[in-house]
Amino acid sequence: MGKHGKKQETSTHIISALVLNNPGVLQRIAGLFSRRGYNISSITVGTTETPNMARMTIVVKGDDKILEQVVKQLNKLIEVIKVSDLDVNKCVKRELCLVKIHTPDESSKSQVIQYTNVFRGKIVDISHESLTVEITGSSDKIDAFIDLVRTFGIKEMARTGLTALMRGPKVLKSKK
Amino acid sequence: MKGAEAFIKALEYEGVRVIFGYPGGALLPFYDALYDSDLIHILTRHEQGAAHAADGYARASGKVGVCVGTSGPGATNLVTGVATAYADSSPVIAITGQVPTRLIGNDAFQEIDALGIFMPIVKHNFQIRRSKDIPATVRAAFEIAKTGRPGPVHIDLPKDVQEEEFDIESNPIPAKVDLPGYKPTLKGHPRQVKMAAKAIMAAERPVIIAGGGVNISNATEELLKLAELCGIPVCTTLMGKGSFPEDHPLSLGMVGMHGTKPANYAVSECDLLIAIGCRFSDRITGDVSSFAPYAKVIHIDIDPAEIGKNVDVDIPIVGDAKLVLRDIIACLLKICGTEGKGLNNQNREEWLRYLESLKRSNIPKMDYEDIPIKPQRIVKELMDVIQELKLKDKIIVTTDVGQNQMWMAHYFKVHLPRTFISSGGLGTMGFGLPAAIGAKIARPESKVVCVTGDGGFMMNIQELATIADYEIPVVICIFDNRTLGMVYQWQNLFYGGRQCNVTFGESPDFVKVAKGFGIEAQRVTDPKDIKEVLREALLSDEPYLIDFVIDPSEGLPMVPPGGKLKNIIEPVRVPPRERIPSFQEIKRKLLGEAREKGLSKDGPQEMGTPVERETY
Repeated sequence: MGKHGKKQETSTHIISALVLNNPGVLQRIAGLFSRRGYNISSITVGTTETPNMARMTIVVKGDDKILEQVVKQLNKLIEVIKVSDLDVNKCVKRELCLVKIHTPDESSKSQVIQYTNVFRGKIVDISHESLTVEITGSSDKIDAFIDLVRTFGIKEMARTGLTALMRGPKVLKSKK
Repeated sequence: MKGAEAFIKALEYEGVRVIFGYPGGALLPFYDALYDSDLIHILTRHEQGAAHAADGYARASGKVGVCVGTSGPGATNLVTGVATAYADSSPVIAITGQVPTRLIGNDAFQEIDALGIFMPIVKHNFQIRRSKDIPATVRAAFEIAKTGRPGPVHIDLPKDVQEEEFDIESNPIPAKVDLPGYKPTLKGHPRQVKMAAKAIMAAERPVIIAGGGVNISNATEELLKLAELCGIPVCTTLMGKGSFPEDHPLSLGMVGMHGTKPANYAVSECDLLIAIGCRFSDRITGDVSSFAPYAKVIHIDIDPAEIGKNVDVDIPIVGDAKLVLRDIIACLLKICGTEGKGLNNQNREEWLRYLESLKRSNIPKMDYEDIPIKPQRIVKELMDVIQELKLKDKIIVTTDVGQNQMWMAHYFKVHLPRTFISSGGLGTMGFGLPAAIGAKIARPESKVVCVTGDGGFMMNIQELATIADYEIPVVICIFDNRTLGMVYQWQNLFYGGRQCNVTFGESPDFVKVAKGFGIEAQRVTDPKDIKEVLREALLSDEPYLIDFVIDPSEGLPMVPPGGKLKNIIEPVRVPPRERIPSFQEIKRKLLGEAREKGLSKDGPQEMGTPVERETY
């Protein structure tokens, strides 16, 4: 009959978690993901408005069943205060990227500066041979920019991974 | 007051009477504080023994078991025991010593990242870095271990924190701990409860699977009431054994890979499956896609993550089994009254008759006269002697892991909760003997029988010394076939009989071993002697070991892994034929190979001889 354990479609989910900012909490959460075989696309951690709490934004790929398990398993952790699977269409998502581009001559420099302006990025460092650009936005936008400047030669790059908040007045409450 | 003293005080505050442990350098202040305390400390012979004993204590009593090991190897030795407790949701506090905080991270002597090692095998863990945190941390640890879905909690305790002076007046033990991220759901949602009651009323072919959660939440009375009120047959998981009296007409025995035919058929044919405190492990479901194919599923569990994890559920109820069952019963009584008005009785009687006939036609044969002894016969005699000596409500059985465990699970009838203690989820060989120590200490008035195999017994055989030292009267029954029987059975069934490293030789003589430890022992080779020896062992108030020499070719009926539950196959009974090579043979082989490769006769061990190698 094939009643149980049907295959479902995979999609990308953004999980926002409020956690107690204790030593080892990142290891606990990362360990949970690796142990249960959930794939993390990106994870960001930072402090919040409450001093002893941190917010983690975790991007995972998986079907609904896996996502349900991820959220439930996260909720089981004592140091996790609140978990939410954010609605991708109803949240503000941002990522920051620093990219060092090979620009040995004036023409390449001016071209990269132009592109940066179009993408509303910033030139944050400059040298004879390179420009470092800061670019913020959705992951798509950053991908597009990187694609554009790839022809110049990317010397180095650092992306933060996605961080996100729900739109509107709703918040993750610190009550389970 | 020193940190260690405060720690002991905090343990006492939690009602701890007994701890199982093994001292070491990083625990010197802890043991020094223990010197002045009323706590009973059982010194095991290995930290693993301490962890299993604490687990056995917890399972037999329902209280929190406590074990202690020192830093480094002491901590790693606890790991198997703690993981065992985690897999079976047993409330255990594992305390490890740790090097002083100033040395942490320096690869100091006997330093290990205990926090990191224990993290994936505990419900939660702590490292206490200041002595003033001791009272609140211990409180939190116990709260977490014993509430909700119970589980082990680990506390890492650096040596300097144990020695640090602090003022208990200004840091008293808090009555309540603040755990903002922890609030288990106990009461089932009324709407779900009502839906469950309605489904139960409508069902024609209902069946209950009772898991370990029923034992843990002391819901046996409620389970019995529900089953009798609505005439619902009950099967249990391994961990659920004891949650329903197995001599009850509605009992179907254990379900799953080594389940009984009536139980497996009932689950496969039911139209309503009521799963209580079970997690649908692969050992229960077999092939998930064909599990309970016609059934609507009600799943009651205190852990929301278990619901929908392995099996799709129609009516999920998150809550404590006892409370949810009470609510369902109340709901049913309200709608149907005590006479069961509106229950789908007509069709249900047919269902019960069908299962009854399955039960009658599948009474297992147990009265074998064979020599070597068939294990079924020992199980039968054990049940008979328990009956004869009127020990039914006093007996606690611990098992090891493997065939001995499954023979007991399949054939041995358990009547009361917390009297069948076995490592289910992790399947830890070596569990049985130390768990028996814990069970006997937890319930000193009970009769504790440890059923074990020769393999698992030797994994913690050192605990015989603990049993001898403290004169702990447990009866140890070794099902001795000199074979790693479960692996042997699978090799015979699924690997073309290619027996590979599943045979033990004639060493040791377990009777002599036991006597060497100062423990009374007997070997039994004839089925006619089983009863007499068991009687003597159970009546004696001293430790007693019985070495039952059993037929190594005997196996268990089973569902092949990932198979359909109704597809129960019989074991192939082939005698072990594996030969164990002697060291001399191994030596000849090794040296012969060395010669073939053109090495000197002493081989590459000869220092300074350049060995020609292929370059990569």
